[in-house]
Amino acid sequence: MLDHVEIAVDVRSAVKRYGEFTALKKISLSIQDNEFFTLLGPSGCGKTTLLRMIAGFEDVTKGEIMLFGNKIETLPPHKRPVNTVFQNYALFPHMSVLDNVGFGLEMLGKSVPEARKRAAEMLELVQLSQFAQRKPAQLSGGQQQRVALARALAPSPKVLLLDEPLSALDMKLRKAMQIELKHIQRETGITFIFVTHDQEEALTMSDRIAVMSAGELQQLGAPREIYEHPRNMFVADFIGDTNLLEVSVDKIVEGRAYCQLGGNHTLTCNAVDDVGVGAKVHLSVRPERLILSEQATEAESLKGTVVENIFIGTDITTIVNLDDGPQFTVRTSNSDRGTKRLIAPGSPAFVNMETGAARLLVD
Amino acid sequence: MAGVAASGGSVAADTYAKARHWLLAPSWLVLGFFVFAPVCVMLIYSFLTKEFRGGVIWEFSFAAYDQFFFDRGLFGDAEPTLQWTYISVFWRSIWQAGLATILSLLIGFPTAYFIATRPEGSRAFWVFLVTIPYWVNLLIRTVSMKFLLRDEGPLNELLINIGLINDPLHIIYTNLAVQLGLFYSYLPFMVLPIYASIERYNFTMSEAAADLYATKWTALRRIILPAVKPGVIAGCILVFVPSLGAFLAPDLLGGAKNFMIGSLIEEQFKGNAGNWPFGAAASMVLLTMVVVILLIFARQQRRAEAQS
Repeated sequence: MLDHVEIAVDVRSAVKRYGEFTALKKISLSIQDNEFFTLLGPSGCGKTTLLRMIAGFEDVTKGEIMLFGNKIETLPPHKRPVNTVFQNYALFPHMSVLDNVGFGLEMLGKSVPEARKRAAEMLELVQLSQFAQRKPAQLSGGQQQRVALARALAPSPKVLLLDEPLSALDMKLRKAMQIELKHIQRETGITFIFVTHDQEEALTMSDRIAVMSAGELQQLGAPREIYEHPRNMFVADFIGDTNLLEVSVDKIVEGRAYCQLGGNHTLTCNAVDDVGVGAKVHLSVRPERLILSEQATEAESLKGTVVENIFIGTDITTIVNLDDGPQFTVRTSNSDRGTKRLIAPGSPAFVNMETGAARLLVD
Repeated sequence: MAGVAASGGSVAADTYAKARHWLLAPSWLVLGFFVFAPVCVMLIYSFLTKEFRGGVIWEFSFAAYDQFFFDRGLFGDAEPTLQWTYISVFWRSIWQAGLATILSLLIGFPTAYFIATRPEGSRAFWVFLVTIPYWVNLLIRTVSMKFLLRDEGPLNELLINIGLINDPLHIIYTNLAVQLGLFYSYLPFMVLPIYASIERYNFTMSEAAADLYATKWTALRRIILPAVKPGVIAGCILVFVPSLGAFLAPDLLGGAKNFMIGSLIEEQFKGNAGNWPFGAAASMVLLTMVVVILLIFARQQRRAEAQS
């Protein structure tokens, strides 16, 4: 890590065990200041546990958690300068929206009028000023969500923790909130640690993503890096759609691996350190990196038959069976140019790709 | 349901209305026979004239209430002054019941909180433990208490044996003994409703409070207590009201100086010395007091609901 980048949260070999069950197996990661950092993974992967350990709701079985250089893993939650947006908001039902937002400031020793003044500013930030006097139950889900956000931001935490805060919203609202959250993060400059199981959400908002599975860190990187260069099968499969093919490596020439797909179909892709000749591994190609045509157009071209064209709005998905080989999913954008490339089911077709589109995966 | 019936047209609404009457009939019958009718009998008797060997003469009179509130001297011809004898009995009952309520709350709330925060599977077991005393009749439990608290009873024996005291404490036949009896009898009525409301409480709110820099104590005061208030109020009513009218504990554990309303009323209907109209009048005063207290609670509750 470079010197001038300040580390907001440093998780060092953190382990979490519940009796016999290990929820987190020695996780280490550094979250930078001012970063929108996402913990992404399926349910039960340990992402929420890690977030709750940073907040202080779960003990750390082993390891350390540093917040701007200070050890915090033994501090109780009310002594950690971080705030949380809870999945179901956990607003206080008997208090007005304004007092909910001002609660943290009041607890930090601000007078009630002072806390209310700052709370009113926060409500303005989330555009809820006109609802200040209402009770949380009188607001819609999306509005409650924004109150929860304002409440967590009001005490100006050093780090904001968000535990799947958008999962209860409908899709349209969720998309709007994704953009709003990203804006607020840039405006306030507060480090956000965001937990989600929704890969699209993670890709949309994050500066960096930590992909987790079964209590382990699978890959850490910028959204593009993770999408385009998944390190292993889990990441390739979990992030976005992909064609996952079982292949065996026939030979490696000048840094390129020649992979046998079955049925005499061969693909080349960049060789990977851990994969030698004869290895049986997986190969991943994103459907949108494939181009369908009646003639072979690229260096990598595979012959097959179109099975079905599926219209999905922005794109058209085509299923192609290679002759005696595996099945491919090809995604063509729903545009004039793209639609012209469509081939009727039952007709022969070539699946083309640029060199470098396919990637070998370490299992 | 009302909304569904209304939107479903008048036919459906009528069907429900009729069914509702019939379905409620058993409850009305039970309430009528066992609550309303006895209260009416009491009310009528309190305005009758007493018969010297117990029983009543069917002649309208304010004598019972007059005797309760006013002192007219030995021969009934003095200038009437306020009768403090019975008012002080009532006053003692009120503070004994109030104290029992406060003690039950102080012990009952942490108990309920403890049970509600156990893992889900073991909560039933703890609730079961709380209800165990109810397997034995209250009379028998109160008599046992009497034996426990005697000067030469196990409690004093224990305290002397461990060297805390040299001479036995005279607990039995004091206000303290009555208080212990009341507290012991009605504690579960405090624990159970509070437990029920804490169990429904969303503990993520406590986490949110801690996350917003509230200490455990502040979170309890500002977040948990307001959320479980209905359970606390229910528990207080369930302890205060029966304590106020209790007669087993004051009768068996208290002496002549520890008389409470329950014993006063009971005495009027016992043997030949009784005065039925007076007993009925005292009951009516007690009932009025309880109803007034409940109305005040209900009004506060409504006001709190109107605010939220």
